Amino acid sequence: MSETQTGWRDWLLTDTPQSRNQARLAALFQGWLSFRSNPMAMFGLGILILLLLMAAFAPLLAPHDPFTQDLANRLKPLGTPDHPLGTDSLGRDILSRLIYGSRITLYIVTLVALIAPVAGLMVGTIAGYTGGWIDLGLMRITDIFLAFPRLVLALAFVAALGAGIENAVLAISLTAWPPYARIARAETLTIRNSDYISAVRLQGAGPIRIITKHIWPLCISSLIVRVTLDMAGIILAAAGLGFLGLGAQPPSPEWGAMISEGRRFILDHWWVATMPGLAIFTVSLAFNLLGDGLRDVLDPKDEK
Amino acid sequence: MAAEGQKTEGRPRALFPRWIGQTGITLGSIAFTMLGLLFVTFIIGRVMPIDPVLAIVGERASNEVYQQVYQDLGLDKPLLVQFGYYLWDVMHGDFGMSLLNARPVSEDIARVFPATLELATLGTLIGVFLGVPLGVLAAVKRGSWIDQIARVVALVGYSMPIFWLGLMGLLVFYGILGWVGGPGRVGIFYVDVVPSVTGMILIDSMLDGNWTVFRDALSHIVLPASLLGYYSLAYISRMTRSFMLEQLSAEYITTARVKGMSERAVIWRHAFRNIRVQLITVIALSYAGLLEGSVLTEIIFAWPGIGSYITTALLSADMNAVLGGTVVVGLVFVLLNVFSDLLYKFFDPRAQ
Repeated sequence: MSETQTGWRDWLLTDTPQSRNQARLAALFQGWLSFRSNPMAMFGLGILILLLLMAAFAPLLAPHDPFTQDLANRLKPLGTPDHPLGTDSLGRDILSRLIYGSRITLYIVTLVALIAPVAGLMVGTIAGYTGGWIDLGLMRITDIFLAFPRLVLALAFVAALGAGIENAVLAISLTAWPPYARIARAETLTIRNSDYISAVRLQGAGPIRIITKHIWPLCISSLIVRVTLDMAGIILAAAGLGFLGLGAQPPSPEWGAMISEGRRFILDHWWVATMPGLAIFTVSLAFNLLGDGLRDVLDPKDEK
Repeated sequence: MAAEGQKTEGRPRALFPRWIGQTGITLGSIAFTMLGLLFVTFIIGRVMPIDPVLAIVGERASNEVYQQVYQDLGLDKPLLVQFGYYLWDVMHGDFGMSLLNARPVSEDIARVFPATLELATLGTLIGVFLGVPLGVLAAVKRGSWIDQIARVVALVGYSMPIFWLGLMGLLVFYGILGWVGGPGRVGIFYVDVVPSVTGMILIDSMLDGNWTVFRDALSHIVLPASLLGYYSLAYISRMTRSFMLEQLSAEYITTARVKGMSERAVIWRHAFRNIRVQLITVIALSYAGLLEGSVLTEIIFAWPGIGSYITTALLSADMNAVLGGTVVVGLVFVLLNVFSDLLYKFFDPRAQ
């Protein structure tokens, strides 16, 4: 067992990789080793893995159905037998609702984390690679969106599109893409004039091929760091919209909406609003820790 | 100031001083950004699933009345012409009528904005007076327990939903301990007691010399302002720390230490002096952030500011009010950004 393990390590840590795949894996492994030495980042990763498992196995883990009302048992405090985190104003089990709510949180975060960076990547690389008027125009548009206060813009968008999870995702994405465009453009500007791009161009590659095959891969790592650090902000924004009643609609067990429900009983039945808030806090803390760790690995020039 | 004057004397005289050209570019870019901002809100207003004509004439109006209002609002014109009308109105401070109370939106905003300003200003003050020393200390004693505390404080600030922390604050300090006033700006007995001069109740009650109201208002504002202050502190202390670290590793600091200068003088007279400009930028940005962050805080504390105004309008589909509020917050946001940019250019000779 230990022999094969050292075999793997040697193969991964070799100075003379035999193939491109080996070199890639080796780079990944090196990154993982330095990431692993950061306990806080590992803690964040652990929480997120737990969250993923929780969302995946929600029906098995949740002791009750998150939607079933039980008016005889409403507003039961913490530690009630059968309801470890108590029940809300309609007698629904808070623990089960939290477990199912993790699915909604992950859904929102994943969608925004796919839409916003991709949009920003396209705008930024096109602007950076083509230059001239296109660059000027695209960057001015980016500046306009950057100039907007994000939450207020998201509010206005949701007002125009109507309340709901999908529209909340769209609104958050629409306000989240400009920083990615800035980053991607800055990276593109440094890459654009390098020799290997000239070489590829001489080989006859068109602009689309150069952007997608040769510029995008180099922008990815700085974007990943930024996305991870933004995840916490996305979760907080989504919860804020949910809290205002503009995101997920009742009876959805979205955490922000749950806080908004519990708000009415905050002075007498504090746990109804407290528990979902703790869940939001834990998850966004985990994303922040993970992002800090990833930044140290992928983007060492950026000091803490 | 004297130093600035001496510096310009040494330069060859140009036709225009350089700052005129630069100011021209800055003004142009502000104008463009604001135009874009207005265009975005205009488009949002047009996409909204609310018929502005129906909202005015009501559902039982006859077809003729409907058509009349439709034309009066200019909705039969091309989109760009409509945008021109909108721009004209906004430049004259006209955001249309609120559908809720049939009053001009601009009047409503002028009434609620000082409340937000008061809250955000106090929050920023708290953030600056606690965050800057914390950041400097964390940088000077890097790796010590105080650095760790500063790190945790910032991390928690970045991860905590502001509306939830506000609720918890209300629960603990108002519900259980009873140390502070509850939601709202003043207790119910003191509403409209002092005449509104600035719209900021702390200043108004001071001007009026009514200290009972002042104390009551203070007990109401202290919790939401501390809450905003905490978020501002998290950001400001982090930035201060990284600016200070950059300065402290510079060679002139070593020189100053070798000269035998006291550590306090090195930190405050040399390193800190050099980060002041960057700090002002950060503080302006954080102030702008608080104006926005106050939206959720205002809801929690029933604070009658622009955040509450926009949200209430949103939930009752009052389109003009939503757009007017968005434009005003956006404009203030842009102006603060530009202001911090200008300060940076003005004070930092390297940026010129």
